[in-house]
Amino acid sequence: MTNGDSGMRTLTYRDAVREGIREAIQKNERVFLMGEDVGRYGGCFAVSKGLLEEFGPDRIRDTPLSESGFVGAGIGAALGGMRPIVEIMTVNFSLLAADQIINTAAVYLYMSGGQFNVPIVIRMATGGGRQLAAQHSRSLEGWYAHIPGIKIVSPATIEDARGMLWTALQDPDPVLIFENSGLYNMEGTLTTDAGAVDIDTARVCRAGKDITIITYSASLIKSLEAAEILAQQGIETEVIDLRTLRPLDDKTFLTSIAKTHRALIVDEGCRSGSISAEISARIMENVFYDLDAPVERLCSLEVPMPYAKHFEEAVLPQTDKIVSLVQKMVGADG
Amino acid sequence: MADFIMPSLGSDMQAGRLVEWLVKEGDSVRRRDVIAVVETDKAAIEVEVYEDGIIESLLVQPGQKVAVGTVMAVIRTETGSIPVVPDEAPSVETPQVSTEPEGVAGPEREQSSPALPPSGTLRIKVSPYARKLAIERGIDLATLAGTGPEGVICAADIERATPITSTEPAVKTPPTPPTKAATEKPAAKNYQAAMRRAIANAMARSKREIPHYYLQTRIDMHRTLLWLASENDKRQIKDRILPVIPLIRAMALALTDVPELNGYWIDDRHQTSEAIHIGFVISLRQGGLIAPAILHADEKGPDELMAALRDLITRTRSGGLRSTEMTDATVTVSNLGDLGVETVYGIIYPPQVALLGFGKTMEQPWAENGMLGVRPILTATLAADHRATDGHRGAQFLDALDRYLQDPEKLCTP
Amino acid sequence: MKTQRTGKRKAPVINHTHALHLLHGMSRIRRLEEKCAELYSATKIRGFLHLYDGEEAVAVGVLEALTGEDAVVATYREHAHALIRMGSAGTILAEMYGKQEGCSRGRGGSMHLFDEKTRFYGGNAIVAGGLPIAVGLALADKMLQRPRVTSCFFGDGAVAEGEFHESLNLASLWQLPVLFVCENNLYAMGTALKYTQAVEDLASKAASYAVDTAAVDGMDVLAVENAAKKATEAIRTSGKPFFLECRTYRFRAHSMYDPDLYRSKAEIEEWKKRCPIATFKQKMIDQGILSDSDIDTIDRDVAREIDEAVAFAEACTWEPLEDLTRFVHSERRMS
Repeated sequence: MTNGDSGMRTLTYRDAVREGIREAIQKNERVFLMGEDVGRYGGCFAVSKGLLEEFGPDRIRDTPLSESGFVGAGIGAALGGMRPIVEIMTVNFSLLAADQIINTAAVYLYMSGGQFNVPIVIRMATGGGRQLAAQHSRSLEGWYAHIPGIKIVSPATIEDARGMLWTALQDPDPVLIFENSGLYNMEGTLTTDAGAVDIDTARVCRAGKDITIITYSASLIKSLEAAEILAQQGIETEVIDLRTLRPLDDKTFLTSIAKTHRALIVDEGCRSGSISAEISARIMENVFYDLDAPVERLCSLEVPMPYAKHFEEAVLPQTDKIVSLVQKMVGADG
Repeated sequence: MADFIMPSLGSDMQAGRLVEWLVKEGDSVRRRDVIAVVETDKAAIEVEVYEDGIIESLLVQPGQKVAVGTVMAVIRTETGSIPVVPDEAPSVETPQVSTEPEGVAGPEREQSSPALPPSGTLRIKVSPYARKLAIERGIDLATLAGTGPEGVICAADIERATPITSTEPAVKTPPTPPTKAATEKPAAKNYQAAMRRAIANAMARSKREIPHYYLQTRIDMHRTLLWLASENDKRQIKDRILPVIPLIRAMALALTDVPELNGYWIDDRHQTSEAIHIGFVISLRQGGLIAPAILHADEKGPDELMAALRDLITRTRSGGLRSTEMTDATVTVSNLGDLGVETVYGIIYPPQVALLGFGKTMEQPWAENGMLGVRPILTATLAADHRATDGHRGAQFLDALDRYLQDPEKLCTP
Repeated sequence: MKTQRTGKRKAPVINHTHALHLLHGMSRIRRLEEKCAELYSATKIRGFLHLYDGEEAVAVGVLEALTGEDAVVATYREHAHALIRMGSAGTILAEMYGKQEGCSRGRGGSMHLFDEKTRFYGGNAIVAGGLPIAVGLALADKMLQRPRVTSCFFGDGAVAEGEFHESLNLASLWQLPVLFVCENNLYAMGTALKYTQAVEDLASKAASYAVDTAAVDGMDVLAVENAAKKATEAIRTSGKPFFLECRTYRFRAHSMYDPDLYRSKAEIEEWKKRCPIATFKQKMIDQGILSDSDIDTIDRDVAREIDEAVAFAEACTWEPLEDLTRFVHSERRMS
């Protein structure tokens, strides 16, 4: 719905992603969407609902359950001059296409000595929190961020959900967009003229002077909730949304830590070998002498995701855990 | 002529053992003929020749292990295509060496295990940022007690310490005599400079951050001085009480009445202190100053205060101050009256919230009960942090100070 | 769908020029591979090196059926395809040397030869990894209404991979112009087909996805050429994919050097009697199409060409270390 007076309207993250896709298909005749159940079903998360009727089966292309096949076909189509948006239902199934993403898309340009770039955009849902158990709840975006040659972005806001796709499609190289499935129902406002956003920089979402929380995706929402609670206790938390996990905009968080002298990384991925480990290492490498406390990380516990609700909640980073960890770090834990 | 070399039969191959020659000298060979069998780690492999010609000589015997690139045979050719020369200089390994059982290492080398940190030495835990600040401000970390988790010295501890501890190296006796006299002066100079920097930092920060307000009052000292004279009459010379002692005593008592002036402003919060530790500014002969604390001043009577002050001054000169005395002052007093100064407009030591200044006690015309007389008058000045207290509290404090000095008997009992 | 058997058919009569052309192509490949083996032994070429000796008729015959607009996706055993497609052995050898004048600027090596100008989409060293790429290239052509064929080479080992089946299904489902060329040399590395496939008739697998297929004697360049031309004509007419199985044999080990323990010498010798170059020469002489002097000329020309290519590669330069990270990301922006 549009509020004409303010130029602001309310919509869900899901709507915003859909608008981004619709706009891209309208603006560039070479853009098309393909993936499992994106057409007749309307998308596993209803992101592409209605688009088949609007654009037809050529540009909203249902695929068989052949992740490696259709991701590879997307790479080939990109090499052939198209601008495919390939949707993988969830990051869990992307492992069936990992060969094409990692061994082909990420390396083609380099391996060919700069001759063949692959302008593909691969979108996938990620994250846990919906009691889907071990095979449907992974957060592997940090794991993909290990690979040179691809860009990894993870929108956490309505604006980014809407605007990152177009910028990704303008990129000459592969971009992977990770949408946390827990965010699809999130509502927010957007200006009526909202457009593309950059995919190169992190953003300071809340300013504070006592501690910096570095996070992204669904953990951003929890971190902002925690910051609000902490503010009532007189603790001013700076919250940074990384937005892009590769390449990392480390300048933004390093600048912040030089000011606050404390850093907490909140990451839904598992702790070992994670993007949080990478960020922590960069902090040590660059602003060690500005640290007034050890860097802390709040990540998912290292177990396959359990089904039971209380178990799953205990595995994932939660607002109350962020609050108590920050209190401990700033010495306000009594 | 062309060389037949030990070929590289895999990226990881460094040497091969000739199993057998399939040709003899004088044989004619054609390109792609297999002329030798070579054993690698994987298997025995037939090796082909890349030239047409006649085997001139065989240089390697079966059983011999040679490095990749070693010339194994010479082939007489009619015409040669571009000879391919290996990149690395070959080397021959004798069969004797190669027949030694593999995998047997030489005598085990005594590995010196890495030295363990000497037991008993405790490393002070300091956050990296605190360490950086301490270096910037010339603060000796050994004198600080950390208040962070597990006693870690964190940035706030450095802020609190400024600039007191910075002077310590200047007054401390070096633990070992310097080996060269020449090193003394620059070192001392460095300490001076460091102290100057520390004072500069702390005072600049105070003026930058603390909104000072000043209140001043004139106090009739004749009752206190009479009391002091009678008290000193009872004492031996060495036990006599200096005039500053009743001032400190009155200050401690006034602070119990108005506790808001005793404490800190940290992290945008006013934290009053239960204990009253009065920092006493001592000027150093070399320049600079230091303000060690008279701990629990409110619990000490005049004699104890005198003993404490004497002890502090002695130890300040000799370098025997304890770290708590260096850092724990909750309020400071600056007494410049001895130098003839009338009024002291002090600058608060962060993160404390008040500083009391005493000028010289001078005979002045003084009206009391409608009568004009000459009295010994002291000017007391309060500098206080307006974030922590307002002028009303400050006025109550000076009023209390005055009352105690008009009723000196009260100064006696702790 | 139909499966043709063209291998046993009588080879068509061809003219002198075309015979010279085919023999020249196969001889260049043979000579290049020989030189690669030599250079590898001399440590000039490193990494893995997979040679094509024995299979020359497949690359020459199939690529004869393509136009310059068509695309080629190949495997790690792709020197032959690159040589025929790109024309010059110099940049190929320079690539294997790791030089910056190499066709992939020294970043690919033997297994990753690429050439944008001739739409050579490279040596892919993941078995079956190139098939989905070919499907996508054809999808782009179809969506952009370009009348092109994408030819995709792969070995018999690829047929066991899921990507083979996914790609055949997609290409058939979406009716995409892909020529799937299976170079069936009977061994996936060192394991014979019979130990890996429940059904050894590979064309039947493609046929199960409603793809037209043909199987051809891959040792007979004329038969391969003929079958490939028919296949590409069918693709250009129908827009649908085609599966061409070329039954061939590699004379050398899988990779320089493996011990070749998995097959008998007798078997290799038996196949060598069917050497595509020797048999073609003999046939052309028997039929009076080529003379001994034609063959000598070709051998001389080819030897000179490859020697010149070696000299070129030797003279090429190493890219400075500062350029190491170039082409991780694109330097050019999107149009």
